[in-house]
Amino acid sequence: MLGFAIFIVIPLLTSLVISFFDWPLFGTPEFVGLENYRYMLTGDPAFWVSLRNTIIFAVFYTAVNLVVALGLSYWLMNLGGRWASFFRVLFFIPVVTPMIGNALIFRLMLNDDGVINQMLAAIGIEGPQWLNTPGWAMLSLVMMSLWQGMGYNIIVLGAGIAGINSSVLEASKIDGAGPIVRFFRVVFPMLSPTIFFCTIMTVIGAFKVFTQPYALTEGGPGNATNTIVLHLYRNGFSFDRLGLASALAWVLFVLVMLITAVQFSQQKRWVTYDS
Amino acid sequence: MTAETTHLITPKRSGLRAGQLISRILMCVTGAVFLFPFVWMLATSLKPTNEVFASGTSFFASRLEWSNYTTAWTAIPFGRILVNSIFVAFVGALLTVTVSVLSAYAFSRFEFRGRAALFGAFLATMVLPQEVLIIPLYLMMQKLGMVNSYPALILPFAFGAFGTFLIRQFLLSLPPDYEEAATLDGASRLRTLVSVIVPLLRAPIAVVFVFAFIEYWGSFLWPLIVVNDADMATMPIGLQMFSGERGTDWGPLMAAVTLVAIPSLLIVVLLQKQLQQGVSMGGFGGR
Repeated sequence: MLGFAIFIVIPLLTSLVISFFDWPLFGTPEFVGLENYRYMLTGDPAFWVSLRNTIIFAVFYTAVNLVVALGLSYWLMNLGGRWASFFRVLFFIPVVTPMIGNALIFRLMLNDDGVINQMLAAIGIEGPQWLNTPGWAMLSLVMMSLWQGMGYNIIVLGAGIAGINSSVLEASKIDGAGPIVRFFRVVFPMLSPTIFFCTIMTVIGAFKVFTQPYALTEGGPGNATNTIVLHLYRNGFSFDRLGLASALAWVLFVLVMLITAVQFSQQKRWVTYDS
Repeated sequence: MTAETTHLITPKRSGLRAGQLISRILMCVTGAVFLFPFVWMLATSLKPTNEVFASGTSFFASRLEWSNYTTAWTAIPFGRILVNSIFVAFVGALLTVTVSVLSAYAFSRFEFRGRAALFGAFLATMVLPQEVLIIPLYLMMQKLGMVNSYPALILPFAFGAFGTFLIRQFLLSLPPDYEEAATLDGASRLRTLVSVIVPLLRAPIAVVFVFAFIEYWGSFLWPLIVVNDADMATMPIGLQMFSGERGTDWGPLMAAVTLVAIPSLLIVVLLQKQLQQGVSMGGFGGR
């Protein structure tokens, strides 16, 4: 309990306090009131860009992640048995291997002369400069993150699917429902609490994105893949502006809490709890 | 009648089988594509650096450059960094388990005022991005003179809510009879906890341990901040050291990435059950 207070509650509050100071790594902090927030919102060239990037990343990453993970889980459910559990574990591997290593592998593959472009060249397509063109860089970031993170949702959804009463599925089969109707009418509603859980977790994870842009694109080209946490890290530990970085941390905190709260308030619309 | 039914069903059955077969083949292809980055990592780790891009889409270069592995080992203080990583992950996981068992025990066995509210606040931190805390935590470490130390790497992240939550779930389903029996026999609370409850909690403890281990093993942002001495680095920071001014030395780098991925692969293969259990209870919250 004491540890909880020391390493979570106190830092959370301290970071709010720091955000009102001009606070260098070494030297004396100086109280500046809301100056950090004012600078962040009106003077900082990178804040709005990194906020926009983070939101774009979060939206695409979460949407594609859930759709693909759901599709794969449903597919695995139909394969059943050993096949399902084998592939579930296979898709889970990159979740466990260190993220920085995964990002470096993608940086190698997406290099201008990397294997992806060489494969494309072999079928007559000239590949883009994946990591050096704004739009492609963001796409690379999303793709790499999907590869890295999707296995998590596949496992969670797999556990949810295993909890669905198989007699309900049999009954709908006998009633003549095809696989697609069965998915939307039976599986999706029964799985909606699990999907809700996955959405919450995936969105939060997406807002924290740091290692991928750090290792894959260094936030570039320009600020094209800069994100809030990367911007926070740079302000704090490269530009020596801990106060501003703390203000960014609080923006992140409030944003994540708000979005989570909104999701909870909207869940009645599509999540069914009794089955 | 029976003959007719069989006749009716057979064609459909074989149709299903063909569908199932195609479905299985497609899944194998998907799996193979999915694993490609790891295959490429392995292939590149055995290529001479000047042939990494020149060899195109081929898995093999002109020769197998096994020396990449020895280069990786000597280019950075690999042995030292590996020991750091193992030590930090192991002690960190042990500490996480201890903290989780103790606080789960408190939350499920002690009645105190505001318990529900406190547990609620505790759970809420599962969605709190730890990134929000790193600046005050860094300043704390700086004040305590603990920058570049094991405690700095370990302590701040041993108090997450996940372990407590998971172990509490198991404790609540455990009848208090055993403990009462032990208490009647004159055992102290702590004694009861250690010798009666902990053995019963072996399964969830394993889950919490594995998850904490993986988190510490792969953690990047915090070590990046709190360590600036190569001798205190952990493996993820070590991997970063391969990109120097002369560009990236891909062969040895991929050899190092391979070496770092191996423990994770072992964990996935050997501890599937624990991982699946933990994941469905919120472990790795949104990575």
